[in-house]
Amino acid sequence: MSATDLAPVAPLPDRGGPQQPLVIARDLRRHFPIRSGFFGRRTGTVHAVDGVSFEVVKGETLGIVGESGCGKSTTARLLVGLIALDEGDIIFDGDRLGDQLSLRELRRGVQMVFQDSYASLNPRLTIEDSIAFGPKVHGMGEGQARRRARELLASVGLEPARFAGRYPHELSGGQRQRVNIARALAMAPRLVILDEAVSALDKSVEAQVLNLLADLKEERDLTYVFISHDLNVVRYISDRVMVMYLGEVVEIGPAEAVYARKAHPYTAALFAAMPSMDPDARTEEPPLAGDPPNPIDPPTGCRFHTRCRFAEAVCAAVKPALASVPGEARGGEARAEAHVAACHMLVAGSGHSAAGGAA
Amino acid sequence: MLAYLLRRLVYVVPVALGVSLICFMLVHIAPGDPLVAVMPLDATAEQEAEMRAAYGFDKPLPVQFGLWVAKAATGDLGRSIATGRPVAGEVMTAVGNTLVLAAAASLIGFPLGLLFGFVAGYFRDTGVDRAVTALAITGVSVPNYWLGMVLVIVFSVTLGWLPAMGAGPGGSRDWGWDAEHLRYLVLPAVTLAVVPMGIVARTVRALVGDILSQEFVQALYAKGLMHGGVLRHVVRNAAPTALAVMGLQLGYLLGGSILIETVFNWPGTGFLLSNAIFQRDLPLLQGTILVLALFFVAVNLLVDLAQTVIDPRIKRT
Amino acid sequence: MAVITESIVAPVERTQGYWSGVARRFRRDPVAAGCAVLLLLLILAAIFAPYLGLADPYAGSMARRLRRIGTPGFPLGTDELGRDMLARLVYGGRLTLFLGITPVVAAFSIGTVLGLVAGYVGGRTNTVIMRLVDVFFAFPSVLLAIAISGALGAGIVNSLVSLTIVFVPPITRVAESVTASVRSLDYVDAARASGAGAFTIVRVHVLGNVLGPIFVYATSLTSVSMILAAGLSFLGLGVKPPEPEWGLMLNTLRTAIYINPWVAALPGLMIFVTSLCLNLVSDGLRSAMNVRD
Repeated sequence: MSATDLAPVAPLPDRGGPQQPLVIARDLRRHFPIRSGFFGRRTGTVHAVDGVSFEVVKGETLGIVGESGCGKSTTARLLVGLIALDEGDIIFDGDRLGDQLSLRELRRGVQMVFQDSYASLNPRLTIEDSIAFGPKVHGMGEGQARRRARELLASVGLEPARFAGRYPHELSGGQRQRVNIARALAMAPRLVILDEAVSALDKSVEAQVLNLLADLKEERDLTYVFISHDLNVVRYISDRVMVMYLGEVVEIGPAEAVYARKAHPYTAALFAAMPSMDPDARTEEPPLAGDPPNPIDPPTGCRFHTRCRFAEAVCAAVKPALASVPGEARGGEARAEAHVAACHMLVAGSGHSAAGGAA
Repeated sequence: MLAYLLRRLVYVVPVALGVSLICFMLVHIAPGDPLVAVMPLDATAEQEAEMRAAYGFDKPLPVQFGLWVAKAATGDLGRSIATGRPVAGEVMTAVGNTLVLAAAASLIGFPLGLLFGFVAGYFRDTGVDRAVTALAITGVSVPNYWLGMVLVIVFSVTLGWLPAMGAGPGGSRDWGWDAEHLRYLVLPAVTLAVVPMGIVARTVRALVGDILSQEFVQALYAKGLMHGGVLRHVVRNAAPTALAVMGLQLGYLLGGSILIETVFNWPGTGFLLSNAIFQRDLPLLQGTILVLALFFVAVNLLVDLAQTVIDPRIKRT
Repeated sequence: MAVITESIVAPVERTQGYWSGVARRFRRDPVAAGCAVLLLLLILAAIFAPYLGLADPYAGSMARRLRRIGTPGFPLGTDELGRDMLARLVYGGRLTLFLGITPVVAAFSIGTVLGLVAGYVGGRTNTVIMRLVDVFFAFPSVLLAIAISGALGAGIVNSLVSLTIVFVPPITRVAESVTASVRSLDYVDAARASGAGAFTIVRVHVLGNVLGPIFVYATSLTSVSMILAAGLSFLGLGVKPPEPEWGLMLNTLRTAIYINPWVAALPGLMIFVTSLCLNLVSDGLRSAMNVRD
């Protein structure tokens, strides 16, 4: 695939057709070395993302939830190529990153909006210059890039004549986040990764930005990966939800199914820890206690067994694979529509007392 | 913490080796043949051959460095060109005298710096604060070799109260602990104390001001604690950093006294260095610098270790 | 939609940039602004010394040695060889200011590049550069300057070289830490995600945000550099006689303190005033640019 035959920074064409997932992440692994001493010897490893596989279907919003440190941000950065993969494949619309697709080409198709709206804008550049930077890098002329920047400002609801020449510190948090969205869209991406993009905003502003995101998605035929610790927001915006724990995927499925069933005990605990406004809606399950274990030396078997109230011997010994959740009406129809979770209790014959006998 | 202390000790080894390498290179960056540079002018051919073999000047540089370090480790820093005496002995006598001067300057500069800094920080944005700040910035800006001259002009030449030169009566080069010798110590020690006093005062002022503006101090007042009680908290929070700064300054005093010693003819390392420079006595220059730099490395290490032990916030693993 | 299209081509409201704000805040600080003016006057006087109608700074006479301050014809007296002190002090500023400021400028350039590379590239490159810097930090600055100068021998070039070597490590350390902290900010990641190369990112996004703090730090070293440069000459390691240079003048006049002490102290006073001004200007810049320590 070459970008040279396209006009500078035009949207990439759909190559694989609607049935081809936009992104296939296969067994992603990223370990961070811990260095110390005078010459920085490697003294340990953080298993930030450890064998994560999922697909992002064209046109959907995939929500990723989990506690801080579970690897959701690392996963996001892997998808944009900000962090190099140790192992695994990223396949973007049928082209594998590395041999069929260059990093530069991937970044044309995937853009990211960060949590800290202030830190993600260069304080010395005007809003306009910040948005125009990406297109210029890809060979767009100065005037054209400026024009695109202003068009985008208008489409995220900031009047260009008033805002283009301003500096980030002259904007409110919500306005800055709109600029960050415009900057991401300046590259005409097909996938936008929103890493806690609305988490730092006031509730009222958050709602406005979420509505803006929904409008932009429709107008520009975008696909979103939406990372948040706020389960309500994820439910509102996502078609499917992926739950991560200590660098692994523990559950993934359609949003309503995951929210209704909470098949993995970790998912259930995460929801139980969520405060509810309705006294009657409070669950009897105990909320999640303690901090996640040290990712330098993660637990054996199921990584959640140290905090799981259903843990049995098998959980510490054998790592459970993702298996379809029994009793789901839509389970197994299409892979992307499947509801799967990694828990021994869901697999008959796994050795867990809560699972059925041999099937 | 023990592991940290051990690692910190191990970390000193490459730094000390690097310091030795720089000192070793001093003779080699000097223009001309290094052998000629470290030999007496009237050396015989025999002596020359002996030196060449001893230092391995015909061998590659890394081998030479190894030989030099091995000799230095056993206390052999070569012989002074000017006097022919072993460098190590000369340096050790001089280091003793420099330490006397540095210690005296610390005893004058540190308490004054602490006092001024504390007062200025506590009464921030008052006249006292501005006066101390002005004094501190004057202290760091003044070329101390000039200040020494001015003090001599005032207290020796004009008033005739104190001696201007040397470490004892009759230009004595030997230090002794008696009233007569102490009189000779006053002017150089005061001169040397000015810069560390300024730096300590600045640091402590900033520290105290920061601590007082923190919320926990407001909480202490809210709890009904009186000024004395609050002060105790401030001192405990400021102490580790203040100690670290003073430790570093003590290290700098060892190197910073060079110019002062020249002004006052104080028979310390600075005097030795200035002689070595004047006579282009490279072995003496090299040996003195090496000893002083290693001393500085050791002081830094001690400061770091002391801080780890004192400051409960630093839990280094 | 028509309104928006119009808005896109309309002239854009410009707000005040960063540097004009700094200049405004600096001007409002009377001490710093006053010192800046005084420094400027000293520098201008040094540059235009030949046109100020001063006496010949090299012409001495044994008949008029060590005249007092206020002697008619010699407003600041004469030195130990009967040369006019006023002329020598003005001319002396040329070498002293040059020897004091040049090493900091050179070290600023070298240290910024080293620090940017170490901070932006990170990894092994960072380890190599920063450990080297650590070794130089094991020397007190006076000691290092005297060691290198002493080995190289006296002379203007050697003095510049040794002082530059003294100031590269501290500037590198500051540049590295500022660069590393900017590099970890999201806007650098956003620039990387847009596919820009390292060089473009450093030029557009990193440099503008690190140069300010590094510059302020470098200005704070200028006063030390001046004192050290004059100190090297004082020790006989910098400028050679009969050149007028404040440190050297202070040294040669040392013998005169019993005869005419206040004339002997004048060159040092010049060093002191200049270094005080440099420190106060640097402090003023620091607060005008909102640089935290």
